[in-house]
Amino acid sequence: MPNATYIMLIVLLPLLSFLIMGLFGRTYLKNTAGIISTCLSFISTCLAFYTAYGYFFEYGKINGVYQKLIPFNYLWLAFSEGLSINMGILLDPITAMMLVVVTLISLMVHIYSLGYLKGEERFPTYYAFLGLFTFSMLGLVVASNIFQIYIFWELVGVSSFLLIGYYYEKPSAVAACKKAFIVTRFADLGFLIGILVLSFYAGTLDFNTLIQRLTSPESNELKSALAASFLGISALTWGMILVFVGGAGKSAMFPLHIWLPDAMEGPTPVSALIHAATMVVAGVFLVARLFPIFAISAPDALEIVAYVGAISALFAAIIACTQTDIKRVLAFSTMSQIGFMMFALGVSKYGGEEGLGYTASMFHLFTHALFKALLFLGAGAVIHFVHSNNMKDMGGLRKQLPITHFTFLIACLAISGVPPFAGFFSKEEILLAAFQHNQTIYWMALITSGLTAFYMFRLYFSIFWNKSYHPNHQDEHGHHGEGGFVMMMPLVLLSVGACLAGFIPFGKFVSSDGTALVSEFHLQFSIAPVALGLTGIFTALFLYKTENDKPDKMASSLRALYQIAYHKFYIDEIYLFITQKILFNCIGKPAAWFDKNVVDGLVNATGNTTQVLSEKIKKIQSGKVQEYAVYFLVGVFGLAMVFIYMWK
Amino acid sequence: MEPGLYHLLFISAALFFIGVYGFLTRRNLIAMLMSIELILNSVNLNFIAFNKYVWADKLDGLFFTIFVIAIAAAEAAVAIAIIINLTKNFQSIDVEETEEMKY
Repeated sequence: MPNATYIMLIVLLPLLSFLIMGLFGRTYLKNTAGIISTCLSFISTCLAFYTAYGYFFEYGKINGVYQKLIPFNYLWLAFSEGLSINMGILLDPITAMMLVVVTLISLMVHIYSLGYLKGEERFPTYYAFLGLFTFSMLGLVVASNIFQIYIFWELVGVSSFLLIGYYYEKPSAVAACKKAFIVTRFADLGFLIGILVLSFYAGTLDFNTLIQRLTSPESNELKSALAASFLGISALTWGMILVFVGGAGKSAMFPLHIWLPDAMEGPTPVSALIHAATMVVAGVFLVARLFPIFAISAPDALEIVAYVGAISALFAAIIACTQTDIKRVLAFSTMSQIGFMMFALGVSKYGGEEGLGYTASMFHLFTHALFKALLFLGAGAVIHFVHSNNMKDMGGLRKQLPITHFTFLIACLAISGVPPFAGFFSKEEILLAAFQHNQTIYWMALITSGLTAFYMFRLYFSIFWNKSYHPNHQDEHGHHGEGGFVMMMPLVLLSVGACLAGFIPFGKFVSSDGTALVSEFHLQFSIAPVALGLTGIFTALFLYKTENDKPDKMASSLRALYQIAYHKFYIDEIYLFITQKILFNCIGKPAAWFDKNVVDGLVNATGNTTQVLSEKIKKIQSGKVQEYAVYFLVGVFGLAMVFIYMWK
Repeated sequence: MEPGLYHLLFISAALFFIGVYGFLTRRNLIAMLMSIELILNSVNLNFIAFNKYVWADKLDGLFFTIFVIAIAAAEAAVAIAIIINLTKNFQSIDVEETEEMKY
C-alpha cells in the first residue's frame, strides 16, 4: 500500500517553504531563502518520484488494472449522509504522473530562479509565492473530492495572481494580474455551479462515488440527472459543460484565453512553471479526472470539449505566427498545445483501444511540460542576456549563448514533432486518435502542427540567427554571460527529458480505464504530420535565417489577415467593448448612481438628522452640577406622583 | 412621651430636605458633599426606624444601614479626590467654576 505520510509530505513541504519564507524570509533569510526553498522542493520531488515508482511498479496494479487508491481521507465538513467535504488523497495514474511533473518542474524553476532573480529585493517573497503555488497545485492533483479540488483550484488562482503581479511597480504587470484573476474567477463561477449541479444529482462530492454513480446505467442518480433537462439539454450535460467552463478558464481555452498572453508580465521562471507546465494544464487534468462521466454519460459535453480544444489550438497557432514578443509567442504556443490535449480528450472514448485519446492527451501533457518549461527557461536566459522581450532586439545570439541555443533547438524540435524528440510521439498519438474519431478535428490539428513548427522556428531563427548581435551601450558594462551553472543545469536536465521522454511506453501506465494500452506505431500515418512540420521549419529557415525583407513582404501581401492575427483577432477589443461599453453603461453606471444617491443618501440622511437634533438639545448639558440635580429631583418627584396617584 | 415611628420619620424627612436644599443651593463643593452625607443619613434613619417599629424580629434594616455607611465612606473618599483635582485645576472649590466641562 502507498505510504500516506510520504504523499502528505510531498504536498506539505512546499507549504512549509511558503510559511518559512513568508514569516521569516524578509528579516532573517534574505540570502539563504532560495537555498532553503530549493532543498525543500528537492525532498518533495524525490518523494514524488518514489511514490510514482511505487504506484506504477509495486502496488498500483491489481489484476492488470491500475486502481484508484485512497491512502488518506479526512472528513472535514459533513453535510448529510454521504454528502461531505473531505480532505484526502486520491492516487491513480494521472495523479502519480502529475505529482512527478509538478514537483520536477517546480524544482527546476526553483533552481533556475536562484540565478535569474539574484539580487532581487523581494527574493524571499518570490520563493514564498513559489512555495504557495506548488502546494496548491499538488493539493489540486491529489484531491479526492470535487470540492477539495475547487479549493485548491482557487488557491492556484491566487498564487498565480501574486506571481504575475510580482513586479508590482510596473502598471502593466498590475493590470495583467488583475486580468488573469478576474477572467479565471469568472470561469470558476461556472465550475462552482457545475459542482453544485453534479453534487445535487449525485448526492456526493467524492470523486470515486461520483464517477461510479454517474456512469453506471442502473443507478437512480444517473437516471434523475438525465431526466431533468433545461433548454433541451440534460442536467448532467449542463453540469459537465459548466465544469468544463472552469477548466477552460484555467487552461486558457478560446474564448477565455485573453489572460494568458498578458500573464507573461510575471518573471519568466514563473511563466515556465505556471503558465506553461502546471497551472494551465489544470483544466485538462480536471476533464481527465471526470473523464468517465464525460465519455459515458455526457458525450455532448465531450464534443464541446473537443471543438473548443481544436479551435483554440488553431486560433492560437495563427496568432503566434505574428507576435514579436518572444514570451507571447510561447504563451500562444502553450494555448495551442493545451488545445491539443483538450481535443485529444474530446475525441476519446472510455476504455480499451478507443481510449487512445485519453492516453495521448496525458502523454502530451507530460512531454509538453518538459519542453515548454525548457522553452520558457531558455527564453528567460535570452531575456536575461538581452534585457528585452522583443524579437527585434535579438538575433545572432548562438555564439553568446551556446548552451541556451542548443537546448532551445531541442525544445523547438520537440514541440514541432520532429522524430525522435518527445513531442513527436505524443503528437502522433493525438493525431491518430483524432483521425480515428473525428476527421474535421484531424485536419484542423494537422494544419496547427504545421503552423507550430513554423512559428517555433521563426522564433528560433529570429533569436539565434538572423542578424548578428550588437549589444546596446548600456548593456556592455554589465555583461554577465549566459547565467551560470544554476541557470544552465535546469536547461540541460529538461532537454535530456525532452529528448528521451517520448520513448516511455505511456499507454502501459496511463489509460482511461486503468488497463494497459499498447499503442502501435504507424509509420505511414506519421508521414503527413512530419512532412508538414518539416515544411514549416524550412519555410521559417527560408524567411528568417538571414536578415531580409521577405517576412515584411509576406506580411504586406497578406495585409488584412496579418493585421487581424497580429491584433489577436480583436478578442481583447471585443471583451473591452462588451465590458466597458455595454456592461458598464447598462449595469455599472445605474448601479453606481443607485449606490451614490440612494444607499449613501440614506446613510448620510441618518447622520445629518442626528447631528442637527443633537445640536438643538445639547444646551441641556450646561455643566452646572446643581442644575442636573434639580432635573433629577424633579424627575424623582414626577415619578413618585405617577406611582402614587395614577398607578392603580 | 415615648418617641414613636412618626417622630423618627419626621426627623428623617427634615434631614432629607435639609440635605437636598443644601445640595441645590451651596456653591461650595465641600458643603455639597456634606449635604449628600445628610441625605444618606436620613435614609439610614429611615431604615433603622422601620426595622425597630415595624419588623422588630428582623435585621435587614440594620444591615442595610451598615452597608450605606460603608459606601458613604468610600463615596466621600472619591468625592474628596475629585475635589482636590478640581482645586488644583481651577484654584477654587466653587462648583460654578467647573462649568467648562459641559457638552
